[in-house]
Amino acid sequence: MLGYIIVIGLIIVAAMFVIGAYNSLVRLRNQVKNSWSQIDVQLKRRHDLIPNLVETAKGYMKHERETLENITEARSKAMGADSVKEASKAESELSGAVSKFFVVVENYPDLKANQNFLSLQEELTSTENKIAFARQSYNDQVLFFNNKIQMFPSNVIAGMFNFKEADYFEVETQAERDVPKVDFGD
Amino acid sequence: MWELIRANRRKSIALFIVMGLMLMVLGYLIGEAYWPRGGGVGGLAVALLVWGIWSLVGYFAGDSILLKSSGAKQVTPDVHPQLFNVVEEMKIASGLSHMPKVYIIDSPAPNAFAIGRTPEKCSIAVTAGLLAILNRDELQGVVAHETAHIHNRDIQFMTYAGIMLGTVVLISHMFLRSLWFSGGRSSRYRSRSGNRNSGQGQAIVMVVAIVFAILAPIMARLLYLAISRRREYLADASGARFTRYPEGLASALEKISGSKEDLKTANKVTAPMYIVNPLKGKGKKLANLSSTHPPITERIRILRSMAGGAGYADYQSAYEKVHGKKSSVLPQSALADKSAVPVLIPGQEEMAGAGQKSSRREFGDVVRAVNQYLFLFCAGCGLKIKVPPEFKKKQFPCPRCKTQIEVPLAEMATVGAVLESVDQGRQETQKDYDMVYRRKRSEWESFRCNCGKTIQLSPHFSGNYLDCSNCRRKIKIELPQI
Repeated sequence: MLGYIIVIGLIIVAAMFVIGAYNSLVRLRNQVKNSWSQIDVQLKRRHDLIPNLVETAKGYMKHERETLENITEARSKAMGADSVKEASKAESELSGAVSKFFVVVENYPDLKANQNFLSLQEELTSTENKIAFARQSYNDQVLFFNNKIQMFPSNVIAGMFNFKEADYFEVETQAERDVPKVDFGD
Repeated sequence: MWELIRANRRKSIALFIVMGLMLMVLGYLIGEAYWPRGGGVGGLAVALLVWGIWSLVGYFAGDSILLKSSGAKQVTPDVHPQLFNVVEEMKIASGLSHMPKVYIIDSPAPNAFAIGRTPEKCSIAVTAGLLAILNRDELQGVVAHETAHIHNRDIQFMTYAGIMLGTVVLISHMFLRSLWFSGGRSSRYRSRSGNRNSGQGQAIVMVVAIVFAILAPIMARLLYLAISRRREYLADASGARFTRYPEGLASALEKISGSKEDLKTANKVTAPMYIVNPLKGKGKKLANLSSTHPPITERIRILRSMAGGAGYADYQSAYEKVHGKKSSVLPQSALADKSAVPVLIPGQEEMAGAGQKSSRREFGDVVRAVNQYLFLFCAGCGLKIKVPPEFKKKQFPCPRCKTQIEVPLAEMATVGAVLESVDQGRQETQKDYDMVYRRKRSEWESFRCNCGKTIQLSPHFSGNYLDCSNCRRKIKIELPQI
């Protein structure tokens, strides 16, 4: 009799543990998804802004075909990215291209005085900031989630229900640290 | 992060208990002093009633009262896109669930405050003077500080503590005043009752009540101010962490402290809400005990000493470096977060040397935009023309090149409606709209509402919704498709 009670008690405890661990894994996964969508909104916004920017700058920057083409190319690559890993690589390339563009703009006072361009620049700067802040909170969420998946005993549950680790949204440190080269010759 | 909010809540409860006890003792003593034998309970009830009513008013209308009394006006993103962007950035960085409402105060004194009873229903107000003198990074620092107040639940806490303090001050003030004006009356009443023993006991109670009524407001105020100063340090630390760029806030504080303007709409009650004390001339002598804010130079020095990183631990060690002694300024729970927070390298945009003249012009533009002026650009020479809302002519010649400029009167009529619809749109994000219009380009364009009314869209319109001035349909405006 006592044996039965102990066995039943153990089963209940085990079941409660499994349910609790499973639910917290689901919650964390949803948080990761949610913070990814926060980044996604901003990335889309940037993709929308760039053609406007290129269009505005085109008339002023006759000699900078290459810079503008780089941006357009980086944008289409970033838009085609499927996974977080690919996206983070492509997006950091795009960030690099945009920041190089803004350095080159310094040589074009007429463009810098254009009202339309100024408001586009503000929008783009803000979007870059929003991406950076959203990336931080996404990476924090991924850290919590991955810790839960890797640590004992929740890793057993994660293995049973096939929870996969999430990817960090990383910045190509190389591209960000590179000082953009500015060519002052024609 | 949640630890910090929890610690905050624990402390608020402790504070309420201390201040609440003070209030109850005060009420009881005054009651006993006036009506011996059982008057204490009545006094206590009156004190609690005053406090209860005041708290209810503060809870339901506190933010709108403060916003009104400070002369703040809610604005749409097109009035100052950068301010909106910065607020949204800080919303993301701090993880707030809702975008705060944005207000601009029509004053040249640079200052800012945040208000709201929950993080979901909060507002950030900045003065036009602030927008005129700060660059983007500095503005971000200020907004980060205000967002930190919202995030750390400082606002509710300071509001309720302020109400409690106000009640204590009010009741002791009324008691002391009433003694002054009707000095002998209660003693005559006592002598007629003929009970000498109780009369003597009554005199003692009266003395105790007077002493307590003098001391309680002072003690309550010191307690309140000490906490208020601590909150400012914490908000600075959180702000630095959100932006990862302490220099932004430091240089903003420097510019603000350099200004000689007084904020006329601020008063003693609302002063603790602002980022720096808006009342510059008053109370300089007792700066340390009786000020709501820590000295601004000290705040700047601490922020500038944060060499290693932008985390809470870095702020704590910078504080110790500036003061030269070990003392804790931030709650332990904040320091438990050991993860390194690197300081950001400043953005490539350097708004170097915006001269005095241009910043004054910018200030004027912000004020005009808040007051619903319409900005038009002359097609002939590109001159920016500011049209006041009461302007009624259909067209006028450009003051520089005499080109005829048409005034889109329909647009001017909608400006006021847009303000309200933006607010509604924010609160009812899930709710349906009646119609959608997708913009084709970002220039002047017009379209027809379903009721047949032609609506003009300005190139500077960047709200999400618009109310038709004819049929009040809510129209969603979408960005041009690319």
